[in-house]
Amino acid sequence: MPSERRPPLALTLAAAAGLVFLLAPIALIFLYAFSSEEKSFQWPPPGFTVKWIGVTLHRPDVWQALGLSLKVAAISTVVALVLGTLTAAAVSRSRFFGREAISLLVILPIALPGIITGISLRSAFALLDVPFSTWTIVLGHATFCIVIVYNNAVARFRRTSGALIDAAMDLGADGLQTFRMVILPNIATALLAGGMLAFALSFDEVIVTTFTAGNQTTLPIWMLEELVRPRQRPVTNVVAMAVVIVTILPILAAYYLTRDGAQTAGSDK
Amino acid sequence: MSTEAPAIFAPRPGLLPRLADRLLRRPRMFVFLMVLPITLWLGIVYVGALIALLIQSFFSIDEFSGMVVREFTLKTYGELLRPANLDILLRTVVMAGAVTLAAAVMAFPIAYFAARYARGIWKALFYVGVMLPLWSSYLVKVYAWKLVLAKEGILNWIFAKLHLTWALDAFLGLPVIGGNSLSVSYAGTFLVFLYIWLPYMIMPLQAALVRVPPGLIEAAADLGAHPGQSFRMIILPLALPGMVAGSIFTFSLTLGDYIVPQIIGNSRLFLGQAVYLQHGTAGNIPLAAAFTVVPIVVMGLYLWGARRMGAFDAL
Repeated sequence: MPSERRPPLALTLAAAAGLVFLLAPIALIFLYAFSSEEKSFQWPPPGFTVKWIGVTLHRPDVWQALGLSLKVAAISTVVALVLGTLTAAAVSRSRFFGREAISLLVILPIALPGIITGISLRSAFALLDVPFSTWTIVLGHATFCIVIVYNNAVARFRRTSGALIDAAMDLGADGLQTFRMVILPNIATALLAGGMLAFALSFDEVIVTTFTAGNQTTLPIWMLEELVRPRQRPVTNVVAMAVVIVTILPILAAYYLTRDGAQTAGSDK
Repeated sequence: MSTEAPAIFAPRPGLLPRLADRLLRRPRMFVFLMVLPITLWLGIVYVGALIALLIQSFFSIDEFSGMVVREFTLKTYGELLRPANLDILLRTVVMAGAVTLAAAVMAFPIAYFAARYARGIWKALFYVGVMLPLWSSYLVKVYAWKLVLAKEGILNWIFAKLHLTWALDAFLGLPVIGGNSLSVSYAGTFLVFLYIWLPYMIMPLQAALVRVPPGLIEAAADLGAHPGQSFRMIILPLALPGMVAGSIFTFSLTLGDYIVPQIIGNSRLFLGQAVYLQHGTAGNIPLAAAFTVVPIVVMGLYLWGARRMGAFDAL
């Protein structure tokens, strides 16, 4: 509802203050990554250096954690893409018994506090005698990533006309051809956006991971250990900055892909 | 148009196309196969595990052996009502409520400005301003606040530069919310919660405010309403579903969080921490399960109320 009037001063000030509140802590992360202070969080930083970036680059534990996080996020995203799209297609294209239940089911892992999902999955793994591994982390992450892909795909399916599919079939395309040449191009950007958000969510997840990881260390778990028992603050500063950059790039890309008329991308995490 | 196409196509060569064709002729089977994996995983494993967890809350723990007694009892729920545990529940719900209220108050001007006045570069800035903190790593955000609230950190520095350290000290001297320093007080925990969940309030609120027709506000002004009146009688009622939708996030997320109070705050437990401790070190699974029932019930009631207020259309 854009309007031509000038905003009241109080509103402008309050909104600007809100923006500062939202952005200043993140800006601080970037500043501290270059601080030359090692022992404390001293402000203002006594000096600036790029030394700690080099130190961080030579830390094997950081690389291992990063590698595991990327791997888990990539596999979870693929699983979520397949399951989320299938479910979205079924729910939006046909009416069947239990349809409402399924749309509720998908949202459940994200609607319930992460700690509940974490404990439930842990006891399920224990019950089924599944040893903790990278795959248990992946399953945990996929569980709550599905909803992101599902939301994006459902919104797109709703806007895609079913007549297109019927037309393709009438013209003699088989099911696979219809999928490849009609459905996929129509939903591709929604899937890409959903996939990127799912990736970012998985890359960042810590609560469910603490219950399903066994003794493996993802980057968020590394970060959490550093938060609880700080060992090397400068390295943590640099890692924090790197994480911000890694999570922000997919967000900007997802925004770019869905910016025309879709609020589906980021509106529900 | 010269040759007549057969009304029914011959079966296509190749295994996959034939399989696809066959599936399409059985739409029920097709849908069943599409939802089968999700039903197996979420419907059976995940919900099964949830139910198993809830059932455990009706078991109790033998105080001498520390073993779980698998008999139906409400004893564990009775334990929730012990003063120490009741304190935890009360503390968490009050914190979640306070964070939600503060987030609504703080989100409103940001969402309203972004929806109504922001254009061009400002629009992009507001977008980044909400999306960056929304999607930045949760732990990085907590870490950022560790930097902000540290004794040698920027907040104390600002207060010192403004010669307002005495005000900060007086604030920290207050009972309950105060403490030795901001990073070990409820006020600190509250600030971090507010920061982390604020974007979740801004997004739906802004979506609701964008839909308020400006003509309506102008009409109210033309009919003699002063800004306060149009706010109270036009904007607020129309924005309320968005606000309630946002509050679902802020409330529920604060309710279940166990990392923020562990890192920023005093040593008093919040609900999530209690679950974590009972489940892990204390090994009292029934009590942990009983604790998790509380946010499920509270959120169930909350969602039921929110649905009646039309909050789901604003999501």
